[in-house]
Amino acid sequence: MFQAFLIKYGEIGIKGKNRHLFEDALMKQIRHALKPVEGKFFVRKEQGRIFVEAESAFDYDEVIAALQQVFGIVGICPMVQAADEGFDKLAETVNDYLRKVYGDREMSFKVNARRAKKSYPRTSMEINADLGERILAAFPNMKVDVHKPDVMLDVEIRDQIYIYSQIIPGPGGMPVGTNGKAMLLLSGGIDSPVAGYMIAKRGVKIDAVYFHAPPYTSERAKQKVVDLAHLVARYSGPINLHVVNFTDIQLYIYEACPHEELTIIMRRYMMRIAEHFAKETGCLGLITGESIGQVASQTMQSLAATDAVCTMPVFRPVIGFDKQEIVDIAEKIDTYETSIQPFEDCCTIFVAKHPVTKPNINIIRRSETHLEERIDELVQTAIETTETIWVE
Amino acid sequence: MEAYLDNSATTRCLESVRDIVVRTMIEDYGNPSSKHLKGMEAERYLRDARERIARTLKVSEKEIFFTSGGTESNNWALIGAAMANRRAGTHIITTAVEHAAVIQPMMYLEEQGFSVTYLPVNRYGEVSLADLKAAVQEDTILVSVMYVNNELGAAEPIEEIGHFLKEKYPGILFHVDAIQAYGKYRIFPKKAGIDMLSVSGHKIHGPKGTGFLYIQEKVKIKPLMLGGGQQKGMRSGTDNVPGIAGLGEAAGEAYRDFEEKRAHLLRLKEYFMEQVSMLPDVVINTRPGEDGAPHIVSVSFRGVRSEVLLHALEERGIYVSSGSACSSNKKLPVSAVLKEIGMERELLDATLRFSFGRFNTEEELAYCVEALKELLPMLRRYSRH
Repeated sequence: MFQAFLIKYGEIGIKGKNRHLFEDALMKQIRHALKPVEGKFFVRKEQGRIFVEAESAFDYDEVIAALQQVFGIVGICPMVQAADEGFDKLAETVNDYLRKVYGDREMSFKVNARRAKKSYPRTSMEINADLGERILAAFPNMKVDVHKPDVMLDVEIRDQIYIYSQIIPGPGGMPVGTNGKAMLLLSGGIDSPVAGYMIAKRGVKIDAVYFHAPPYTSERAKQKVVDLAHLVARYSGPINLHVVNFTDIQLYIYEACPHEELTIIMRRYMMRIAEHFAKETGCLGLITGESIGQVASQTMQSLAATDAVCTMPVFRPVIGFDKQEIVDIAEKIDTYETSIQPFEDCCTIFVAKHPVTKPNINIIRRSETHLEERIDELVQTAIETTETIWVE
Repeated sequence: MEAYLDNSATTRCLESVRDIVVRTMIEDYGNPSSKHLKGMEAERYLRDARERIARTLKVSEKEIFFTSGGTESNNWALIGAAMANRRAGTHIITTAVEHAAVIQPMMYLEEQGFSVTYLPVNRYGEVSLADLKAAVQEDTILVSVMYVNNELGAAEPIEEIGHFLKEKYPGILFHVDAIQAYGKYRIFPKKAGIDMLSVSGHKIHGPKGTGFLYIQEKVKIKPLMLGGGQQKGMRSGTDNVPGIAGLGEAAGEAYRDFEEKRAHLLRLKEYFMEQVSMLPDVVINTRPGEDGAPHIVSVSFRGVRSEVLLHALEERGIYVSSGSACSSNKKLPVSAVLKEIGMERELLDATLRFSFGRFNTEEELAYCVEALKELLPMLRRYSRH
């Protein structure tokens, strides 16, 4: 029955002169999201609204599911499209629509007509009144309520006539690509994909970096991270995933530094390398899935110690979340199942029994001086041998 | 160089197997249940395969039933026989080191009101006839023992058990999981007192998703797959003609020049065990020579995590298996089999399985041993404290 969807967007409507940029970004994301969906679609902008029109048969549920992954969409209104064939025909179409969607339900309604095509022979007010009358005649269980109607029936008169009354909620947020790009430190865990999702929701494009430590971590662990990137990419759009071989750096730190500081020093080098790729690819910040106090390397002191090596902002969107709150989002965006596959990740392979939880930055810096001899060369090699995977 | 030393996980298909599989997919693709000529042509492949397999076991072709593999064969034998004989009794005996495809059906049968005795094993994973004798009860209806243990390469005393049962308790059914043994041993169920025998195709250079169950003619067993009545109503479902044809070819090939093939495996095993036993801090969990399976060697490397060693070998093109996948902080179950043989805790997570096949060479094993010599000291240097 539905041939088109009206896309409602919230925040981008208020962006003044930049509005068209946001709208164009949103249209691009919609087209991208609909690419794998069966059917042909035409996405267009008209007088401050975005329409998705089907040009062939399509699966309604599939389209809604795809649109619900596009950040920036606040609501999706499935519409019936009709040509202007006179008022009687319009009334018939409207009644037909109501019957299919609501049956003969007892409910109140209000007709909200808009006449964008000024040559239409009736005014908006007239349409409201005349259509209301026809509806009341056809459905004895319905009544008009202009203040608090159960159903608001929108009728827009343009080149075509659009009829809609339902709003399916979208994910909200801002269209990806309207707020620059950031580099996500993606591990195989539960938190980092959620962090990536949350930042992408604010319109930020995502690239990612993963630290691989063969033979301590396996090819399957790497595949898991690629799978996670793929899941996040459904929301964020394509992700460039940088896979850094971290083994030699890790073993060198293991040999040269106190064991309880291994994790914190390792993480400092991860941040340095991530920032290198971030700068190289035009990112404006780093994203991690850290949450205060979750593990030894995420205490306030530890976060400060890792932060200290970065010159760009580090975004930690789940910083104040409990584990369960993060899990809830992971389940909602369908990354949880993948995240809990039991593969070793490179942060746990040499973890000390009692790692420092309140690292003193000066002591950490002193320990890092033990690395002076070879670390630059090892970091350089790690950067040069990094494999970049395009994940869609 | 590449050395595939994981032949107990699966094997490379023979080219002759591939050829017959392709032929039955593209040319002789009929459904054996069809009445026309195309169906008859396809049926001929089933008959051929059945005949070739029956000949390797010296049984009647009527006693061979095709399945989707080892797991189905085991499930069918255990559940089908237990259910068909529950009026005679509800006690079953098996071993503590069986494959999950036996252990899980046993647990299912326990839920269904059967009681199961799990026989203990020695440090090599072998059960003793004495323990079996002591476990037999008046209401015992079924005994299931694997021929070769998949993780350790232990060879169980199948003939002893079979002879004992046939002599003292002819009413008890004897099932043997021969998935790791078929093609490596001459197995004659009628002489060994075996009533049911499970075999998988892909362990003998055949296609995955194929296998068979030998069921001695007089055994009472219920089908698990109900439907169109194929295979005398015992295993419904359109016959997997390509798979069965491939399985028949693989089985025939497994027993062609059998003595030579077995001797080749034994030579590889002897060489490998000799070389590995010279490495420091290793424990070999498999008996040498003919006292264990000819193609499996289980080795524990003290102070090295098996998964890390596995991936380090993988980087050099050497593929092996770890008995257990144990991840650092997560408490994953370690191998039940390794626990059952009383292995020290420290070695549970340090054990690898090397399994050989007919395509392996001594050169490949030498390459693997060299890799171990290089890797072990390096991996021992970096460990979790």
